[in-house]
Amino acid sequence: MLAEFLQFLFSGITVGAIYALAALGFTLIYNASNVINFAQGEFIMLGGMLAVYFSQAGLPLPVALVLAILVPAIVGVVLEKLAIEPVKGAEPVTLIIITIGASLVIRGLIQVWLGKNTFSLPAFSGDVPLQILGATLMPQSLWVLGITAIVVVALWYFFNRTLHGKAMLATSFNRVAAELVGINTNWVLFLSFAMSAALGALGGILVTPLTLTSYDVGIMLGLKGFVAAVVGGLGNGLGAVLGGLLVGILEAMGAGYISSAYKDAMPFVLILLILFFMPRGLFGGKSTDRV
Amino acid sequence: MSKNPYLGLYIIMAVLLVLPFVLPNSFYVDLAIRMAINAVIVLGLNLLIGFAGQISLGHAGFLGFGAYATAVLPTHFGWHPLLAMAAGAVAAGALAAIVARPIFKLKGHYLAMATLGLGIIINIVVRTEAQWTGGPDGMPVPAMSLAGFEISGDKHWYWLVALVLSVSVWASLNMINSPFGRALRALHGSEVASKVVGVDVVRYKVAIFVLSAMFASFMGSITAHYVGFVTPNLADFFHSIELVTMVVIGGMASVYGSVVGAVLLTALPQALTSFEGWETVAFGAILMLSMIFMPKGLVPTLSARFGRGD
Amino acid sequence: MALLEVNDLSIHFGGVKAVQNVTFSIDAGVVYAVIGPNGAGKTTLFNLITGIYTPTTGTIQLDGESIAGKSPDELARRGVARTFQNLQICMNMSAIENVMVGAHLRLDRNLLKAALRWPALKQRDRELHAEAAELMRFVGLDAYVNARADAMPYGALKRLEIARALAMKPRLIFLDEPAAGLNPKETIEVDALVRKVADSGVTVVLVEHDMKMVMNLSDRILVLDYGKKLTEGTGMEVRNNPDVIAAYLGAHA
Repeated sequence: MLAEFLQFLFSGITVGAIYALAALGFTLIYNASNVINFAQGEFIMLGGMLAVYFSQAGLPLPVALVLAILVPAIVGVVLEKLAIEPVKGAEPVTLIIITIGASLVIRGLIQVWLGKNTFSLPAFSGDVPLQILGATLMPQSLWVLGITAIVVVALWYFFNRTLHGKAMLATSFNRVAAELVGINTNWVLFLSFAMSAALGALGGILVTPLTLTSYDVGIMLGLKGFVAAVVGGLGNGLGAVLGGLLVGILEAMGAGYISSAYKDAMPFVLILLILFFMPRGLFGGKSTDRV
Repeated sequence: MSKNPYLGLYIIMAVLLVLPFVLPNSFYVDLAIRMAINAVIVLGLNLLIGFAGQISLGHAGFLGFGAYATAVLPTHFGWHPLLAMAAGAVAAGALAAIVARPIFKLKGHYLAMATLGLGIIINIVVRTEAQWTGGPDGMPVPAMSLAGFEISGDKHWYWLVALVLSVSVWASLNMINSPFGRALRALHGSEVASKVVGVDVVRYKVAIFVLSAMFASFMGSITAHYVGFVTPNLADFFHSIELVTMVVIGGMASVYGSVVGAVLLTALPQALTSFEGWETVAFGAILMLSMIFMPKGLVPTLSARFGRGD
Repeated sequence: MALLEVNDLSIHFGGVKAVQNVTFSIDAGVVYAVIGPNGAGKTTLFNLITGIYTPTTGTIQLDGESIAGKSPDELARRGVARTFQNLQICMNMSAIENVMVGAHLRLDRNLLKAALRWPALKQRDRELHAEAAELMRFVGLDAYVNARADAMPYGALKRLEIARALAMKPRLIFLDEPAAGLNPKETIEVDALVRKVADSGVTVVLVEHDMKMVMNLSDRILVLDYGKKLTEGTGMEVRNNPDVIAAYLGAHA
């Protein structure tokens, strides 16, 4: 009983950490530009796929991993410059459609370039499972959780203790005001896309040894990350992290106790429930329109 | 209005009348039928996205809903296909109403999220409940009959779909310049303004969402009967995006744009059949480029360029 | 009984008390002005009465019926119309369609009849089109009867909003800074227009900074400052009130 519960919990938290990273990515971009970046999932995919590509191309693993984070970050910046900046101030429909288009382009290009196969990466510290109270925990899961925790703390520090981070926060509260005090909001936008992509890519890399990667893993991961961001309250960083963990755990529990065939449907049922009963999410704030 | 807005409809009807005699073989007739079906679906979706300004990212889910209703109910429960179609449309409408009411009291992109979730859930359900739906491989659909007369073969379907398309375009044009249509467009232009003139904003949004869902379900049923087979791909996320692309590229808030968008993007996959990855890239590029450079879509941009109103 | 009675009305936004314990009443047929420095809560007051905000405390009675917290469309149904300080025009429609939308509640909005191009509906639409054109002429927008909303200048759009409000055939109309952003010539024209509207029998409530216009037009004036009522009275009374002069009028008279 306990063993089973723990098993689900472990797998839930592990995948939840990835959702948390994706949700943080959504939150960052949403705060900086009010755009919901549907290409976020593809950054996750890029992380895993590029890590595989670079390491198979002969580069030492650490180098491959770093590149697999840098390149998506660059892609994110390119996306921002080419597709988001030119249409600043457009209707929400327009922006959402542009990011969906971008996700298709990225996914399609990877499909053409690297094919439809599934790939894996070696686990960072071997794949001898750990036994905890009857449940198995892969060492890679500890890497996922550990690194995610470090990243979350680092982001917290960045946003609350550094000038650059506070500038980004200021932009998310009121862009015009931020510009008036001399914050370069274009640069904030630029940075938020880069960071967001890097976060997603990191998640993709971390989870590949556990769940493999292929050209289309981005779709579901991205969408579920989005659900996590909404659950936590779109725009709230802490909410994004908790939302991610919550979605991961609920998904695992649902799959384990209710029906494993409907595992993928769980997060979406959750988002419908959240929208019906708690649309602001766990931590979302209220907003009013000035008329 | 100086130009008759129904002019385009007359042109479409003329084309529809002439087409079967001009097309070289049944491959093209099939393509024409698919284009017409998509055009009607896109019309319904455009009412929601273009005119009312709401985003639906799960519209293919309603298509699948109707398609599977008209496959499952006759096959497993002996229902008459027409009855199954009607039931599917009503149920889709009810589902849309249940989801929409709480969502529309919120702002902006919440509908995008809700429709996204709904579409994916529907897709997963039809993919999973294999004993009813045939699972990922799909299931065959019994032939459709109207008062004893069985509709089968390209010829029957062509004329049926052409009729449906013509009526849909006509009804849409009528609606746009009516009080209801103006209220919808006002809602898109300024929700606050429409509220203060008495538009019950939530009710209108729900109404148009339900309407477009029922339209989609109906056309999903038609598709299922036409093809004779239904698979979960009909209801997947990519198909929802394809439909949105058709709306966007043809012209949001343009009736003729819906037709143009559907025609263009039904033809595109044909041109790219062996280039699956490139097809995805092409769709994505079209979405991005048209939103960046032609946010109003082809038909409105061109007609503004050449001086006409739409 | 007064047409509109506001008692002890307050609204708090978090720690900000935008409107505090405001009490006043408006009789039918008058022109009533609300003035005060920027940030005094005038637009907030409008938003409270027209259903955009819900009060924290207090009551609002229209013809004896409580309307506090009712939605804008419910208020529209009770004959209340308004224009906006920052314009709320449907730029995706033509100018005349914007005005026609104002008549929304007076029309048959049945969808099925619309889709089938019901003749009676079409006839009504033709009549409405003519009526809207007439309204546009009434507010001085003859030149724009065939224009698209997004092709019109700011001053014209302000009048378009008034035309739209009039299309509702309201009994009470709230004009939020109708002269804002207009040059002196345009301001005189708006002054004349508001007079015309009032003469046609509609009760007019306006927020305005232009003191000449306010003094010219108004039967009674409410002065707000920091969300509170400073005083209320006729133009003469308000103009000579030392508190008002101190708070506000000094540079403007």
